[in-house]
Amino acid sequence: MSSSLSPRERMKLDRQKMPEQDPAARARNFAEVNLGFPEQMALIEAERCLQCKDPRCIKGCPVNVKIPRFIELMTEGNIAAAAQSLLGDNSLPGVTGRVCPQETQCEIECIRGNKGMPVGIGYLERYVADWARNHRDQLATTKAPPTGRRVVVVGSGPSGLTAAGELVRLGHDVTIYEALHKPGGVLVYGIPEFRLPKKIVEQEVERLQADGVKIECNVVVGRTYALQELREQFDAVFIANGAGLPVFMNVPGENLKGVYSANEYLTRVNLMAAYEFPRADTPVLVGRRVAVVGGGNVAMDAVRTARRLGAEQALIIYRRTKAEMPARVEEIHHAEEEGIHFEFLTAPVEVLGNEKRWVRGLKCVRMKLGEPDASGRARPEPIPGAELIVDCDVVVVAIGTRANPLLTSTCPDLKLNPHGNIVVDEQGMTSLPGVFAGGDIVRGAATVILAMGDGKRAARAIDAWLAAKPHATTSA
Amino acid sequence: MHRVVQRRQLSPNVTLLEVEAARIAQIRRPGQFVIVRLGGNAERIPLTIADANPAEGTITLVIQAVGKSTRELVALQPGQAIQDIAGPLGHPTEQIDSGHAVCVGGGVGTAVVHPIAQGLHHKGLKVTSIIGGRSREWVIFEQELRALGDVLVCTDDGSYGRKGFVTDALKDLLSTAGADIVYAVGPVPMMRAVATLTRPLKVRTIVSLNPVMVDGTGMCGGCRVSVGAETRFACVDGPEFDGHLVDFDELMDRLGTYREFEQRAAQCPDGPCRIGLTAPAAT
Repeated sequence: MSSSLSPRERMKLDRQKMPEQDPAARARNFAEVNLGFPEQMALIEAERCLQCKDPRCIKGCPVNVKIPRFIELMTEGNIAAAAQSLLGDNSLPGVTGRVCPQETQCEIECIRGNKGMPVGIGYLERYVADWARNHRDQLATTKAPPTGRRVVVVGSGPSGLTAAGELVRLGHDVTIYEALHKPGGVLVYGIPEFRLPKKIVEQEVERLQADGVKIECNVVVGRTYALQELREQFDAVFIANGAGLPVFMNVPGENLKGVYSANEYLTRVNLMAAYEFPRADTPVLVGRRVAVVGGGNVAMDAVRTARRLGAEQALIIYRRTKAEMPARVEEIHHAEEEGIHFEFLTAPVEVLGNEKRWVRGLKCVRMKLGEPDASGRARPEPIPGAELIVDCDVVVVAIGTRANPLLTSTCPDLKLNPHGNIVVDEQGMTSLPGVFAGGDIVRGAATVILAMGDGKRAARAIDAWLAAKPHATTSA
Repeated sequence: MHRVVQRRQLSPNVTLLEVEAARIAQIRRPGQFVIVRLGGNAERIPLTIADANPAEGTITLVIQAVGKSTRELVALQPGQAIQDIAGPLGHPTEQIDSGHAVCVGGGVGTAVVHPIAQGLHHKGLKVTSIIGGRSREWVIFEQELRALGDVLVCTDDGSYGRKGFVTDALKDLLSTAGADIVYAVGPVPMMRAVATLTRPLKVRTIVSLNPVMVDGTGMCGGCRVSVGAETRFACVDGPEFDGHLVDFDELMDRLGTYREFEQRAAQCPDGPCRIGLTAPAAT
């Protein structure tokens, strides 16, 4: 296909609709919801891009993917070059094409969106990334000559993988230490199969390994190695160990059988494949009525997982209204289609148990919206006396995570903020020279793409820092 | 991969595995644990490190076969391997500097008490161990503990040592020799009984807890236990806690969360489960 369409003709093209699994069917399986564009749809969608002289979409992207460029290469029929361009900007396009909130980043900036629907940038990214994964032999990795510098990355989530991918291309020798038995961090333990198949993550990780990134699993930095040891053995350190500490509601009954943190619930199902029990050895309580507390993407993932595991009813308990939900619009929409029930303006005050200490319900109070709080969202306030009981036998608490102190508590010199997050400068460097940090351990719970942006920035800063540092003999 | 270099059957359902884990062997301290995963779709299982040989690069795990996963582990023979071992996790044992320490071990818990007693002995403390089992064949680590101090053995049926519970022997010992600190590791009812006994006497009592755990790094919160008025995570805040403050009833209850699943898992999908409780013939 040539790019000979006039802007007027381009404006006439309708945004292509992502083919999806039927809601009734997918609510009971773990296969991916979005099926991906066939070639023809992808090429039509690509033609919708106006190739703006001053594109705003690139600035909307936390890793600054040169969006019009890869789309242009698509319309020229050069998919390999499109993939090459995309991979040069983004180490994990198959992941971001599936889980990024494009509607608040690149697509909200899309100039076409001023009049009608923006270009489906995320869908196109996914299309090109999937092509690239299946045609790895047609892609060349450009790699700088070896620098002789060794960098260690703590954590193999989106931030760590991105940093490692960038660093290895800059010629550095990169080792990732991962605490769990499988690389990917939140991409494998947190985000469910139906949104991000594990196969995709595995293949993206394999590509980084083929580029030269070494990954060692089962290494818990802070326990297996102290940070100080890493500083002695490597020329630079990038800490991206995530915000893995679950926050509980701190209400009575929270230790009853049947109450999970979203981390535990999703880890059992995703990382440990509990949905295949007894073919996989790790169990999970399925529940007839599952109540998920929270309104973010993790809450959506948990509640949709509950439905797929076989819950008759899966519901969201959220203390504000739909308008304030932090979850992606697409996830909320998909959840609604799958028959998820929403209980808005509702906050749990107690988990109720039966005589055998299994969960039997959530005692809640109705809320109303008051004045905006520090986050700019209306502050929910309880309506006195407006109590209700939500029947349920499994409760999943998805109200956020905090910084895991496992690593930071072992290095008192590392400067933290009052929440326990690592403090970094504009370059991503911590209070310890040569030690950089990014992702959720710095930001608190954020998104995959912001973590990746940190990884990319930190990789460049590490490269510059190493270039300015005289070569020293390292001990290992 | 972590190769099994030695395997010994200690009691009808308790097996010792010495496995390669060089880094952990070097740095582990008494009281710490590892997360073990056999491979494939296996579970992550927390196991306390019973001993380590830094020179050989091995650690010793003592495993009670209770469910499918532990039965698969104890069926491993020398030369076979465990895919994943992460650690050492948790805090090392709180130790006192001098005095008389009493180490109480019940069943497989005796294997956890052993490194604690070792550490205390090396520090120069007087160590008395009280260990128990259903009957003679269930008593483990007796010889190893005898090398560290006095050992009192109790069996439920009186087939060896004193007839009765470890708490009976502990009660007598506390009233005669006294103790500056008590460590108790074993079934929850045993630890609860020890804590109940020592609480009015104000003898500091440390227990090592083994709740349901997934990641072992503070991420899942499945291992939460109530200690005093607080919720603590056994994996990162423990596994050892002040026995006088632990809510044992809650712990016991939460340990039963997956009982029904364990029964289902025991019925192998491919027909009757052939993984037995006893060791296959040595090769």
